[in-house]
Amino acid sequence: MLQTSPAAPQSAELPKPILQLVGIRKTFGAFTAVDTIDLDVREGEFLTIVGPSGSGKTTLLRMLAGMDTPSEGNITLHGQLINDVPPNKRPTCLVFQSLALFPHKSVGENIAFPLKVKGVDAAARKARALELMRVVRLPENYFDKNVMKCSGGERQRVALARALAYDPEVLFFDEPLSAIDYKLKKTLEKELKDLHRETGKTFIYITHSLEEAMVMSDRIGVMRAGRIVQIGTPEEIYGAPVDRFVCEFVGEVNTLKVKRGPDGAWQGVDVPGSFTLAPPRDGKTLDEAFVVVRPEFMRILGPGESADNQLEGVVYNEYSLGSRIQYQVRVGAKVMLVELSRGRPLPASADRKVTLGWDAADAFTLES
Amino acid sequence: MADLAIAPARDAAPEGAAQLRHARMLSVGARCALPVALLLGIGFLAPLVAIFGYAFATPRSFDVFTSFTLANFATLFDTTNTVWLSFFWSCGLALLTVAILAVVAYPIAYGLNLVFGRWSALISVFFVFPLFVSENVRLYGWVLFFIKNGVLDGTLKWLGLSGGPEVLYTPGITLFGMVYTYLPFMLFPMTLGLALVPRDLVDAARDLGAGRLFIWREIELPLAMPGILIGMLLTFVLAIGATAEAKILGGQSIIVISHDIEIAFTYSQNWPLGSALAVLVTFFIGALTLFALSKLDLDRMLGRR
Repeated sequence: MLQTSPAAPQSAELPKPILQLVGIRKTFGAFTAVDTIDLDVREGEFLTIVGPSGSGKTTLLRMLAGMDTPSEGNITLHGQLINDVPPNKRPTCLVFQSLALFPHKSVGENIAFPLKVKGVDAAARKARALELMRVVRLPENYFDKNVMKCSGGERQRVALARALAYDPEVLFFDEPLSAIDYKLKKTLEKELKDLHRETGKTFIYITHSLEEAMVMSDRIGVMRAGRIVQIGTPEEIYGAPVDRFVCEFVGEVNTLKVKRGPDGAWQGVDVPGSFTLAPPRDGKTLDEAFVVVRPEFMRILGPGESADNQLEGVVYNEYSLGSRIQYQVRVGAKVMLVELSRGRPLPASADRKVTLGWDAADAFTLES
Repeated sequence: MADLAIAPARDAAPEGAAQLRHARMLSVGARCALPVALLLGIGFLAPLVAIFGYAFATPRSFDVFTSFTLANFATLFDTTNTVWLSFFWSCGLALLTVAILAVVAYPIAYGLNLVFGRWSALISVFFVFPLFVSENVRLYGWVLFFIKNGVLDGTLKWLGLSGGPEVLYTPGITLFGMVYTYLPFMLFPMTLGLALVPRDLVDAARDLGAGRLFIWREIELPLAMPGILIGMLLTFVLAIGATAEAKILGGQSIIVISHDIEIAFTYSQNWPLGSALAVLVTFFIGALTLFALSKLDLDRMLGRR
């Protein structure tokens, strides 16, 4: 249904798919949670499925982990149909959103749990658990620590080590970092990325935060209402979004509605003026379109500067974003966002009037 | 709550008088607890004190608090006294009741949590409903069911079969009666215990390769244990004091310890002996309960500490 974005010239050396989804659907009564998904997961990749809550990403993950069976379609692992294989018979492992650590077991016992299932003897279990604790950067003396006494970050590491102890071919993550504070989350994201490289295993990560997805993933699939609307590298998702939904999901954007005038030029609908736009994706001819400009590509033009498209507005608000400052500029009834690096003076007149500008190549012309 | 009483005192400018008045008054919490404390003092502690006093009174007298003798205990500790047999019957039956109930109630508790779905509430009511009828009445109902030419025997004969088994007035039927009577007291703590097992953990264990039996042994049972142990403790304490089952269904084929106490107080009119026996049994059960509770660290089991 979706080609894997145009940039796939290295297809000859692409790893073969480990996990394949063909026409996967999941319905609960009249509600369709997952609507016809085709997806090839490459061996060893870090794939993130991102989408707002209710987009069906958790249902998709539960089917991959074996906790739900698809209503239609096939899931194959190494070419073998696994639709009805129960989770304990699949070489896959899920790190739960709640982490699902066993509260009555110590850190070491939690990590060694899958080994105990396999019947590994106690000494070997302990050795392997300590080894995994090193991998996830947990101190050795935590082996006997009550797992409920660990901090949020430490619990993440325990859950991760426990999943690795199962030695799965594919690891699933269901937003495990959602309850972690920002700074620790950044650290854990990077560690997870490192771990992915070190273990060489296939990671499938689910999140509602595209920011999280951008940091870690080789590929990102954006889900909406049970479908994958776009899948590609973080650069492709950021640089060539297929529609307004994907565009807006990446972050705050400026959206303008435009339509073709009698002379064939693009005319603004909510702001006056005519615009020069890049041709729409796939070379379609459109009568109506949306122009999407990211705040970081919107410029405030100084004297003598010009751009393909220009708008007059008034700055009425500014927010500090740390290294950047975001200005809210009122253009007619519309509010446009501009982000400038800190320290760059705002080229505005005394009454805070500014000229906004952007080049056609810096904006997306989207059908919907 | 205590802050409520203290806070105004802190604000008051002339500290001395106000503070003194507050210091003399009980805290809000203590004042709220006063009625219950009085009720417990009169209704619960007073009879215990009386029994304790009688236990050291002259045998076959009513000289409570005026005489002191250990003769009653000496009588009880005489090895030829049959109270020991009664005591072992009570303990044995109580242990068996707990063991049988643990096995019987677990599947029902599991069903109430995970299988019966929206029928759970209705099914729970069926288990609670018998409690609305007096225990004795229910036990006499079972007598009518099992008695010769009763419900079971009569129906079987009417169908042309060779009648029901003659189970009435045996230790076995006593045990049956106890299991029947105390089922709700095991079932509901157990149901609560099982409800405390997060389903995520079961899913996670399964995802990590564990089979049903392994999950049950390693995850479900240990996490449900607080509820199960409380159910066991509750039924044991109730069952060791049970008397109606042995009298009505067992037809006094065996004598249980609480029956012995009752005989001492009524038929033999030997209150001091009955009291001494009651004191011994109370101390035994109390010690056992405290020991069990000290071993049963609920917080640790639930992983809260």
